Amino acid sequence: MASGIRDKVAIQGMGCSRFGERWDADAEDLIVEAYEEALGDAGIETKQIEAAWFATAIEEQHVGKSGVPLAVALRLPYIPVTRVENYCASGSEAFRGATYAVASGACDIALALGCEKLKDTGYGGLPQRSRGALNSMYWANVSAPGSFAQLAAAYRAKHGMEAGDLKRAMAHISVKSHDNGSRNPKAHLKNKISMEQVLNAAMVAEPLGLYDCCGVSDGAACAIVTTPEIARGLGKRDLISVKALQLAVSNGVEAQHNSWDGSYFATTRIAAKRAYHEAGVDDPRKEIDLVEAHDCFSVTELVTMEDLAISPEGGAPRDVMDGFFDAEGTIPCQIDGGLKCFGHPIGASGLRMIYEVYLQMQGRAGPRQRRKEAARGLVHNLGGFPHQNVCSIAIVGRHGA
Amino acid sequence: MVGIQKFGGYIPRLRLSRKAIVDAHAWANPALKAQAKSERAICNWDEDPVTMAVEAARDCLGQNSRGDIAALYFASTSAPFDDRQNAGIIAEALNVGGQAAALDVSGSLRAGTSALIAAAGAVALDHKPALVVSAEQRRTAAASPLELSSGDGSAAVLLGPDDGAARLLAQHSAAVDFVDHYRGHGREFDYVWEERWIRDEGYLKIVPAAVKALLEKAGVAPAAIKHFCFPCTLPRVADTIAQRLGIPSTSLRDQLAAGCGDTGSSHALVMLVHALEDAAPGDLILVVGFGQGCDVLLFQATDAIRDHARPSGISRSLARGKIESNYQKYLAFNDLVKIEKGMRAEVDRQTPLSMLYRKRDMLLGLVGGRCRICGTMQFPKSRICVNPNCNAFHSQDDQSFADFPARVLSWSADYLTYSPDPPAYYGMVQFDPGGRLMADFTDVDRGAVEVGMDMRMVFRVKERDAQRGFVRYFWKAAPAGAPAVAKSEA
Repeated sequence: MASGIRDKVAIQGMGCSRFGERWDADAEDLIVEAYEEALGDAGIETKQIEAAWFATAIEEQHVGKSGVPLAVALRLPYIPVTRVENYCASGSEAFRGATYAVASGACDIALALGCEKLKDTGYGGLPQRSRGALNSMYWANVSAPGSFAQLAAAYRAKHGMEAGDLKRAMAHISVKSHDNGSRNPKAHLKNKISMEQVLNAAMVAEPLGLYDCCGVSDGAACAIVTTPEIARGLGKRDLISVKALQLAVSNGVEAQHNSWDGSYFATTRIAAKRAYHEAGVDDPRKEIDLVEAHDCFSVTELVTMEDLAISPEGGAPRDVMDGFFDAEGTIPCQIDGGLKCFGHPIGASGLRMIYEVYLQMQGRAGPRQRRKEAARGLVHNLGGFPHQNVCSIAIVGRHGA
Repeated sequence: MVGIQKFGGYIPRLRLSRKAIVDAHAWANPALKAQAKSERAICNWDEDPVTMAVEAARDCLGQNSRGDIAALYFASTSAPFDDRQNAGIIAEALNVGGQAAALDVSGSLRAGTSALIAAAGAVALDHKPALVVSAEQRRTAAASPLELSSGDGSAAVLLGPDDGAARLLAQHSAAVDFVDHYRGHGREFDYVWEERWIRDEGYLKIVPAAVKALLEKAGVAPAAIKHFCFPCTLPRVADTIAQRLGIPSTSLRDQLAAGCGDTGSSHALVMLVHALEDAAPGDLILVVGFGQGCDVLLFQATDAIRDHARPSGISRSLARGKIESNYQKYLAFNDLVKIEKGMRAEVDRQTPLSMLYRKRDMLLGLVGGRCRICGTMQFPKSRICVNPNCNAFHSQDDQSFADFPARVLSWSADYLTYSPDPPAYYGMVQFDPGGRLMADFTDVDRGAVEVGMDMRMVFRVKERDAQRGFVRYFWKAAPAGAPAVAKSEA
């Protein structure tokens, strides 16, 4: 059996641009903004980077295809640059590429950078684009909110839950994330909101209202990774290393086979199990200190807490209402505001989540810093639709923990 | 010997209130007020003559009886394609593509009856069943009398080389270039001449002559006619003709003005199918089609009419209408008003024709797969079975899902995505015999969708490519129940 990635790769440096409606910035500007911070944090020069992975998901709206836009923006010295795309989990995919390259010994220092410039479309929400030639001819007219909203219908049917009870639990999630986002200077949305605002907001896709949906943002985030030995050699202390990196991709069972009930993510459950095994986590509710989940919609965050085995099945609404995932709760979820408020520049999101966990563990998270020390943080990055998706789970933590 | 083996029909669920039409035009034409009676049938935004014809044909044929159809005749003056055989699309949707001959019949409001006469001739010659389907969705100018009198609808009749439920006794046809109205090439709307002339010189002269010729040919006394199917929206014309010919006035069939309207080239067949629903063995049914001449057909119901499933789709769809009192919605659905659709509607909808051809069974026929190793049903069909406990290679046989009952597993009503009729309802439907599909929903009422709800699959317009004039069809899930007439939600 493979020994896994645990503690084989350390994070040398990270950076993240300010997220939001960056009318002032091109993709190139955002890339450089994130990279400069990471380079300073890592204490290295560009020429020391031996390979790079570049994540963008909706590249036709900004940089176009290939690794070239990253190489040009950063003037990378003719090194291998690979562009990756795996729905909204693209950022995690770039991180996986860079981490695996270092773990394999193929290179000493590697860069993962994700970027999305979405606010040049002329309208709100994700860009409307082709789903593939055949898919466009038979897929339902699905949008992201309309597909994720269906989790609520199936979840209610499964657990016999009243619509209002689920809607209130979902609303609590959004209120919490706005509260967290208000303490994050880089966040897209920094306004606090009330339960009433969430419950009375305009409907986007039943039962998801405006505040049940995350923002669509411009932004970039990046990580420079290396081996723990090199990191120490470069003067790093209190290393943050990678404990687990798992990816599970739907194979059509949820979409075509009647074994899935529509109320959870089959991929998340599988990826989580593998990640806990790889990281040596036996009881996630006790051993995970922080969660950055892919809260594209409030209901996604809710069911994901069960899929990650942090809440028992059917128990997430209660944990949510009890404040278990609030900033001062037992396991804060989206302490940075999450996709909901930090924002969701697709290709950058997975890396942004790792960035937050990395900051929190070093006590560098500013006004939103969690007082209780964290040893392990879990990053859940999801792309696609509940019935057909890509789920990435990364666990990062103190080296040796 | 030729007879009607089976019959069926389809009237779209939406019923536009004529009062709503009249009220919208009252400022300019208060005289229309006299016609503010009842409702007319209108297509949903995703319906057209092809989709209505598929529904009527399915109603006519029932399940598992497609194999022996040798020819499909499709009659309409409002078919979506000038050059792409509309009958061929219908044949693929019915999964008889590649087996049956197909022909589009158009050019006159007699198209329906002319197709019936042509098909009867072919059946007499080939001794093989032929399906005749008619459907009409007339494009009418706002505030025109046609806008009020017309309705959208479809009917289907399966002819075969034996008596069936109603034997064809005689047919007669005469072409006369009597231009009561016309629609020139590329023109949107009909140009109509004066009603009094149409009545006196057209109907009252051309129809009696043709009917007389037919009855003489058949040796049938006019007084013996039990059902007289004579579509005509002009007042008192049908009574006058019946009276002059000696046909009992009690035989005059309902024009279905209430709840349906005149379905143009389809209306003779719609009225015929409606009559067949009521017919008793021995009943004589006279059908007239008028339009630059006259077609007449005479049928006699046989004992087998007792065994035919009744009521057919005409009565059933007439009973399940939903009243729509928003005239603007009708204008928008029919592209009769320039409407802001938003940037999300701007995506390129080009259809790769080579792919459409390769996947025509899947896209037009809703054909998926059934694994011959494990029995798992799946849509779409794939090279490797989806069942995780099987995953056999190349193990799937064709399996049509079109007639599988389905239930809602999950759903949403989406206000973000572009839809001509927001919100867009869609969700995962699970087929009772197995398999599932994330499907668009259609014909749903707001607030009425629930997990577990019974659905049936219907052939509809998926998207229209306005840039290129192409129509993309696929199947959607519609509520299976037959609710009584529901009030508009305005």
